[in-house]
Amino acid sequence: MSVKPDYSRPLDLRHGVVEMAHGAGGRAMQQLITELFARHLGNEFLQQGNDGAVLPAPTCGQRLVMSTDGHVITPLFFPGGDIGSLAVHGTINDVAVMGARPLYLSASFILEEGLPLADLARIVESMARAATAAGVPVVTGDTKVVERGKGDGVFIATTGMGTLPDGLDLGGARARPGDAVLISGSIGDHGIAVMSQREHLRFDSPIVSDSAALHELVAAMLATGADIRCLRDPTRGGLAATLNEIAHQSGVGLLIDEADIPLKPAVAGACELLGLDPLNIANEGKLVAIVAAGDVEPVLAAMRAHPLARDSAPIGTVKPDSRHFVQLQTRLGGCRMVDWLNGESLPRIC
Amino acid sequence: MKYVDEFRDGTLARALAQRIAEAVQPDRRYRFMEFCGGHTHALSRYGLVDLLPKSIRMIHGPGCPVCVLPIGRIDMAIDLVLKHNVLLCAYGDTLRVPASQGMSLLKARAQQQGGEVRMVYATTDALQIARDNPDRQVVFFAIGFETTTPPTAFAVLQAQAEGLSNFSVLCAHVLTPPAMSALLDSGTELDGIVGPAHVSIVIGSSAYRPIAERYRIPIVISGFEPLDLMQSILMLIRQVNDGRAEIENEFTRTVSRDGNLKAQDTIARVFEFRESFEWRGLGSIAHSALRIRPEFSVFDAEQRFALPYRLVADNKACECPAILRGQKSPEACKIFGTVCTPDNPIGSCMVSSEGACAAHYQYGRHRQEVVS
Repeated sequence: MSVKPDYSRPLDLRHGVVEMAHGAGGRAMQQLITELFARHLGNEFLQQGNDGAVLPAPTCGQRLVMSTDGHVITPLFFPGGDIGSLAVHGTINDVAVMGARPLYLSASFILEEGLPLADLARIVESMARAATAAGVPVVTGDTKVVERGKGDGVFIATTGMGTLPDGLDLGGARARPGDAVLISGSIGDHGIAVMSQREHLRFDSPIVSDSAALHELVAAMLATGADIRCLRDPTRGGLAATLNEIAHQSGVGLLIDEADIPLKPAVAGACELLGLDPLNIANEGKLVAIVAAGDVEPVLAAMRAHPLARDSAPIGTVKPDSRHFVQLQTRLGGCRMVDWLNGESLPRIC
Repeated sequence: MKYVDEFRDGTLARALAQRIAEAVQPDRRYRFMEFCGGHTHALSRYGLVDLLPKSIRMIHGPGCPVCVLPIGRIDMAIDLVLKHNVLLCAYGDTLRVPASQGMSLLKARAQQQGGEVRMVYATTDALQIARDNPDRQVVFFAIGFETTTPPTAFAVLQAQAEGLSNFSVLCAHVLTPPAMSALLDSGTELDGIVGPAHVSIVIGSSAYRPIAERYRIPIVISGFEPLDLMQSILMLIRQVNDGRAEIENEFTRTVSRDGNLKAQDTIARVFEFRESFEWRGLGSIAHSALRIRPEFSVFDAEQRFALPYRLVADNKACECPAILRGQKSPEACKIFGTVCTPDNPIGSCMVSSEGACAAHYQYGRHRQEVVS
């Protein structure tokens, strides 16, 4: 009698859903990993199938940078991206704005029972495309499944690791009075793209998330050799939160000019409609740079030469201010404070 | 953005500022109240105070819907959620208004027990939620002045037409003219009023005539855009200089003399006056609010759940009452910016960015003297 070769029915990626068994440590989990995660995200580290990835130590003169980020977005798919690409871009950017070259990612998936496998496949494929395009592989991962009603489809936590040359410091405490404040493009695109999807708003020209990996842009900026004091990506809380963070960390004030801040008309329109301030809206593919006054030209030129930062603009200056206020010169010629977002971003009613 | 940028033009603003500076008489002071929270927000957000001469003082009025909601009304909404297990739909700002015992609708939402709280943009969203959840009681917490009243009336009519028996409204709609009269009776000294924009679209400019005549005070109905406001302030200055006390309409692109008659008719079909209503800050004012007519009582959450209204005193340290009457400025309140902040509001004026305190905290603190 001949022994039948091992056979298991392939994952039903068209009609199947995530089941508790997919996280239970048995054959079903192994199948999900092999047929979905390893298939798309596969690389030399992941393929070894060990509990962790063994990575080369940084060379002399380099330090390690590590950053982690949990992604819990609703809806999972939005114009310009999805939770998968976002989980890659978000973490790469956190490493990149430290001045580091991102090298590796880890990904931890928390799946909700009932999530269509087709959605999960779409997310993993998108994640793989983003990681490949960025040249930053996912070298280790984890999958857990929670009961229906205890998750929101899928949560993805990613950790990024990169190397930073000795002597380079782009921390938020380095802004000095007189420095210039630059932004790499229009603000609010990501938050409004997601929100318009959530609120079923339609626009003549659809608003697309700016979700993108910024490490090459950062590398191009650093290559100018200019005196860049700090970099930060204005994600949650928007530009307002990032500028307030820098003002507090550096013990300075910031004065920005409303007319200089790039803003797409459709985003401005959506903000009007929803009663929101674009300064508080999240970005996922923009960075703020604080640059020594004399070095603005080369940095701005390098930014504008990069496809992700063509609309870069100087938007303000760093001022001495013991209260660490961020102030905005309005288009009308008045001045107002730009505060952190209060609580949730709740729309005004009339 | 068309129809918006035209009213936020910096060059025109500077020209108007110049005309305002020329119009003010050197020996006069001008105390103008912007009644509406929308105007308070616009003044702060665009930094318009910087464009006005020192002799003009803008006093923030009580026209911010969530600021005038008394604690007792929020308590009723929270009871609906926690004790009656309803799915409560409310406009965004309402969720943060402080209620009794440190509660708010946001905090009620975070609790494991009871019903559910959802933020909606429109009454039509609340109706849809009721249709989608036929086995749950869905209550829309209706707040606001005449602007938000017609959509609530429409929702009640729609629910009746559809036989939507799981939908009802907790009504806290209030009226502008009685509040304006109460404010002027309370002794707030004013030289002119910037009249409401959206409210006036519904009730028309003629609704303020008795006030202008009785109190001999100029009223200029103004749009919410910054240039609207500046033009209205200029019109008020001219009235003061001429000794006139008239209703003028700057917002002619949408406000008519008689207002939106269809909206008024819909309101009258569904609502009737309450004998009196307790306002935060202004106290009890006769015929200043609406309730659902008896013929629609099945859609009245107060009736359906037999909810009592209890008067709850404001926090003693909070100066919201005096601020809402225009008798104190936010920074004169002892707890402003210390105990009371937008993240942890004690008084309702710190909740919405239309509230005087929140607007000042968020946009105007840089004008305060540095205390070392």
